[in-house]
Amino acid sequence: MLTFILRRILSSIPVLFGILVVTFILARALGDPCRAMLGEKATPEVCAEFNRRYGFDQPILTQFMTYMGQIARGDFGVSIRYGRPVTEMMIERLPTTLELAFAAMFFAVLLGIPLGIISAVRQNSSVDIGTMLVANIGISMPVFWLGLMLAYLFALVLKGTPFQLPPSGRLSPGMSPDPFFVVWGLKATSQGLTSIFEFISRFNMLNAILIWRWDVFLDAVKHIILPAIAVGTIPLALIARMTRSSMLDVLGTDYIRTARAKGASRYSQVMKHSLRNALLPLVTIIGLSLGSLLAGAVLTETIFNLSGVGKILYDAITARDYIIVQSFTVVIAVFFVILNLIVDISYIYLDPRVRLD
Amino acid sequence: MSEVTQNAPTSQVVNLQAEKLISDKPVTLWGTARRRLFKRKSAILGMVVLSILVFIAIFAPLLAPYDPLQVLIGVEKVKARQAPCIHLLGCPADQPQHLMGIDGNVRDEFSRVLYGARLSLIIGFTTVSFAIIIGTTIGALAGYLGGSVDNVLMRFMDVLLAFPSLLLAIALVTSLGPGLTNALLAIGIVSIPAFARVTRSAILTTREMDFVAASRALGASTSYILFQRILPNSLTPLIVIGTLGIATAILDAAALSFLGLGAQPPTPEWGSMLSAERNQVFTAPYLVVYPGLFIMLVVLSFNLLGDGLRDALDPRLAMKSR
Repeated sequence: MLTFILRRILSSIPVLFGILVVTFILARALGDPCRAMLGEKATPEVCAEFNRRYGFDQPILTQFMTYMGQIARGDFGVSIRYGRPVTEMMIERLPTTLELAFAAMFFAVLLGIPLGIISAVRQNSSVDIGTMLVANIGISMPVFWLGLMLAYLFALVLKGTPFQLPPSGRLSPGMSPDPFFVVWGLKATSQGLTSIFEFISRFNMLNAILIWRWDVFLDAVKHIILPAIAVGTIPLALIARMTRSSMLDVLGTDYIRTARAKGASRYSQVMKHSLRNALLPLVTIIGLSLGSLLAGAVLTETIFNLSGVGKILYDAITARDYIIVQSFTVVIAVFFVILNLIVDISYIYLDPRVRLD
Repeated sequence: MSEVTQNAPTSQVVNLQAEKLISDKPVTLWGTARRRLFKRKSAILGMVVLSILVFIAIFAPLLAPYDPLQVLIGVEKVKARQAPCIHLLGCPADQPQHLMGIDGNVRDEFSRVLYGARLSLIIGFTTVSFAIIIGTTIGALAGYLGGSVDNVLMRFMDVLLAFPSLLLAIALVTSLGPGLTNALLAIGIVSIPAFARVTRSAILTTREMDFVAASRALGASTSYILFQRILPNSLTPLIVIGTLGIATAILDAAALSFLGLGAQPPTPEWGSMLSAERNQVFTAPYLVVYPGLFIMLVVLSFNLLGDGLRDALDPRLAMKSR
């Protein structure tokens, strides 16, 4: 078991190295960073100064070694537009994006799995055809358009009804709850502890629970519903489709027929005998969906005015701050590789049939 | 069929079947696939929608009442972001008809949306063709040559697959510089690994088959065996992921344009049209609704067609996905 995990971890090292090489080539070797960033202002003199300041005049191999050294220390450089360390900016904004990703995943799983099960059990019924058509539409919609449409529908068309939802921000104006560590009167003994406390307190919903303010919690929930639906729709569609097809596979197996023969109720056939086995492939889908969630966040956070990591990336793209774009790409890709690793390893526990060799 | 068996003697059924077999044309892979494809309602729906969009794209100059780039200031009495005026729905006949309203730069939205179909389909086909050509070559070389070539090429593909496709495309365009051509190149590049992988695995199974061994025994060259014998027999999975790949490519291109990295104004591209008017969603929703709706329609039609093709071309997969 341990050797398998170790071997799996070792095998992802070349991919991680490859990711760093690719992002490096993208940023330094492929384009001209000066021209890309300064556009028309990039005269030869300006570019010479620019290249000297950011080390682009060094030999490419030296640049690469410096870059690798920085990444190993978790230092992604300083944003050209904001003049602040990129790592600091990311950590600051990460809670917003993570909160959105979790909410979106919650929505997708909560709705996707039951819909998939119903579609499989009532195969070819109108519920099934309807669900699959909606799932198809779901994966065909541009995330940013869905976000705009939801904002229009819930903030304007349904204005004045109980279904009205706020189209932007994380909390209503004027609502600025104290961080939990202040309410609890905690005194951080070190700088590291303070940053951990601050990080946790930026998860609005979690912070609201910790300070026992249900009005704040509800307000945060109301604000996150629309972006979560926008970002979660594609995973929802994928999960519903996957649940359905894997349920259909399992429902057709011999052991389900045996269960039926021994007189198990329909409910027990589906929920007890089939579901556990049918849910296995979903682990992969949910893992992979997190990638599309993060890409979705880039497009959605801007629309809903959420100041998360996706919003920084959007601003960086418009400002041509490629250091941020590059760092973000590295972080997400590494995150993705680790996620795949976790999915693979979790299979050993979830599925005894997976052989370790 | 079951009715016939119940009512008629067995010999008659056998005769009927034999007669049908004789009268039928020879059964080919494509013939069977076409029949299966036309049995699926969702695939037919996809084909119908797609045909309409292709028709719009080809005949855009005839269908569009205005030039998509023409600014109507001084030409007609219209304001920026004016609501749609449809004569059939009671808009006064003395006002010029604008089915989807006027955009922020005083151009006819309807004409722009129609021309957008052209660009969207071109984007889908060019990026996927590019990815197929490069991807199948890489996959074919890796699969056929094996060994270290396979290892190096496929590890590189693994690295590209480690990035969420849209993010890699964003990173690529940021370094290449914004613009439609670079956006297309980026989307093409990020789609390569999928095609390379599928080709490689198809080739790994095909190259062990007897007809390939026979060609080799006859002294055929490697490239002949690869391109004339093996690749045509690995075509079906490529058609399926190619169709689905067009859907993804169009969606990603729209996203890049929305981020300002793809088509630049005043090009009538749906993603950039949406981006230009996104802050007007509460005041002029029609300028946001229609471009997005058309993106969805074109992507949906390719998705439905792709699913249908998968079921039609690969009966084993059809059982699973149904």
